[in-house]
Amino acid sequence: MDRTPVSDADVCIVGAGPAGGIVAHRLAESGASVVVLEAGPRFDGDRREQLERHIRPGLGGPWEMGGARDAFSSSGESFYPLNAARVKGVGGSTLHWQGMVMRLHERDFELDSRHGVGADWPIGYDDLRPYYAAAEREFGVAGAADNPYAPPRDEPYPLPAFRPSHSDSIFAEACERLGIDMHSVGNARNSEPYDGRSPCVGYGTCKPVCPSGAKYTAESHVEEAEAAGARVIDRARVRRLEHDAAGERVVAAAYTTPDGETHRQAATQFVLACGGVENVRLLLLSDSDRYPDGLANSSGAVGRYFMDHLFAGAGGRLDRPTRQNHVGFNTSECHQFYDDADPVNGLKLEFLNYAGPSPVIDALHADTWGDDLRDQLDESYGTHVSMGALVEQLPREDNYVGLDPETTDDLGDPVPEIHWSVDEQTEAALSRANEIQTRVLDELGVEDRWSVGPDETGPAYHHMGTTRMGDDPESSVVDAECRAHDLDNLWISGSSVFPTGGAMNPTLTIAALSVRLAESLRATLG
Amino acid sequence: MRLTRRDALAVLAGLGVTGGAVSLTQFDPPTADSTGEGSGSDGDLGGGGDDDTPPTAVRETMVAAGEVVYPSAVEGIPEFVETYVVGRARDDARRDAMVDAATELDGVARDWENAAFADLPAGDRDRLLRELGVNTADPVPDGTLSERLRFHVVNELLYAFYASPTGGRLVGIENPIGHPGGTESYRRATMDGGETAESGGTADSGGESDG
Repeated sequence: MDRTPVSDADVCIVGAGPAGGIVAHRLAESGASVVVLEAGPRFDGDRREQLERHIRPGLGGPWEMGGARDAFSSSGESFYPLNAARVKGVGGSTLHWQGMVMRLHERDFELDSRHGVGADWPIGYDDLRPYYAAAEREFGVAGAADNPYAPPRDEPYPLPAFRPSHSDSIFAEACERLGIDMHSVGNARNSEPYDGRSPCVGYGTCKPVCPSGAKYTAESHVEEAEAAGARVIDRARVRRLEHDAAGERVVAAAYTTPDGETHRQAATQFVLACGGVENVRLLLLSDSDRYPDGLANSSGAVGRYFMDHLFAGAGGRLDRPTRQNHVGFNTSECHQFYDDADPVNGLKLEFLNYAGPSPVIDALHADTWGDDLRDQLDESYGTHVSMGALVEQLPREDNYVGLDPETTDDLGDPVPEIHWSVDEQTEAALSRANEIQTRVLDELGVEDRWSVGPDETGPAYHHMGTTRMGDDPESSVVDAECRAHDLDNLWISGSSVFPTGGAMNPTLTIAALSVRLAESLRATLG
Repeated sequence: MRLTRRDALAVLAGLGVTGGAVSLTQFDPPTADSTGEGSGSDGDLGGGGDDDTPPTAVRETMVAAGEVVYPSAVEGIPEFVETYVVGRARDDARRDAMVDAATELDGVARDWENAAFADLPAGDRDRLLRELGVNTADPVPDGTLSERLRFHVVNELLYAFYASPTGGRLVGIENPIGHPGGTESYRRATMDGGETAESGGTADSGGESDG
């Protein structure tokens, strides 16, 4: 494959996930010359190969993450499992995401003004509202207008919501008695055919792979971008951005291809879209005499304020069938407590449709077979229920992504260092989520209980905050249009620009900002 | 409980094994009750004189292993396993490794027990596999003998069984993960139907504004 640079490129985009793919598609469609550099491969061919890799032990992970290319360090109080949290490849982390999509709430954009914590965004919900609608169309979101706690919207969802599960109906009895409201949840997953993709056929393996193509991946936008004339170069690892003598503009992206050759891709505009960790790493690797602390980092904020969502969960077993693991997505949530102020951290509750083990996966790990195995599976499957929750983590300067100069990848570049911990306020919000979950499980009479709270929590794999958006160049990396304060032609697309992260899965907001960024960038091209 | 060729075809369809006379329509909206028989398909995977078809001795060894790793109440194992093995052998690399592993297992049986694996009583087959440590071995496609037997023989057979609707039903799930069994089963109260969920997220007002 020809991996040499494109001549006369208007726009060079680094990263072929949703943040890069949407921008590439929009700009290519408008007539711009676009090149996308993606560090990972194209995963062509039948997705059922990845399905088997997921289900059967011994075949390795489905998306080839974790080799020397992906080395990292984790230095904070809490270990951060970075390579479980991302995918490098055309499609990016949407290759393995679950596909839950919802809008941030109005308060998420005004947390400092309203509550004196976190930061305000330089834009509000109303600014993003039309772009949210566009993002829902881009994904083909299946949803319903039954959520009384959702922010205002004007238009229907593109697709009807998935109907509630049998498991939801069990929870509904208890929640009704407790005054806890359940409602549907947005899914970037086809409930009907959409955009040339299949409806869901129930493989049950949404995360990490949807063999039918019902779940949105950014491969859709990359494909559309290429159809509109964009060039996408896979396995092109961008290692440095080069700027002009004045330090005002990026002039080239230096990338290395599998044959060991290093190329320079010149362009008029550059968009970083390689995630909340690699965006930072590339900016820091691009230090120079003019920018000794890294590119676009005169604020010192590049890499700071790393945030993720935290998981809280609780579950157990009932004395009746709960019908889990037929599908790999959820059909009901509760956003009733999201805007509460004590604690102020946002939280949302999930009613899981995949509680407990899957018999086939258990069987493949069992140390017996025959009737013994059947008896084990008969006992282990069938009566589990569980609730999950995502909890907001507020931005803290001492949670950061940096470079580990002591450790290099297979190209000799310093690896990213994740320094992450969970603060007491977030722990209080996790406890609050557990308290609500416990009330529901008590009401249901759930036994054999377990919970995941402050002591056991882990990240939800949403990398946010590390190139924060703001009006003040002294304290933020990009402006309200997602353009770097320091360099006129450098844009950053993705959740790294979030000043705060709320407690909603971030990809719909990533898409909305990407649509908006594409619009702003297009205007600069003339 | 009786396994059929259709059960094997359903699992193969989930793995993308189609072709020849097989035209499983796994992306047509299915149901958890469908077992992989696509429209216009006679489910013929070949197997008679096909160059891809594993040797008879290998198929017999796999069937004999299936009779050990599947629950005792299961009937129809030979037809199910043969269909699955023949379909699986369409992947050259997988066929060669499976043939090698089964041949090695048969060789061990002949060395230790002076009989083909398939000719041993079921109890002796079970004991032999356990003595080889296959029950506790990690499944590794190119690992030690025990690891390869776990991957290419035992786990291949267990996957075929428990990812099929019929095998799943035996332990309470007619639409196991890996099987494209549609989006109705998750709403049912029981495997045989029962009331369909109507509460939870109401999800019945799609297309309207909540604004």
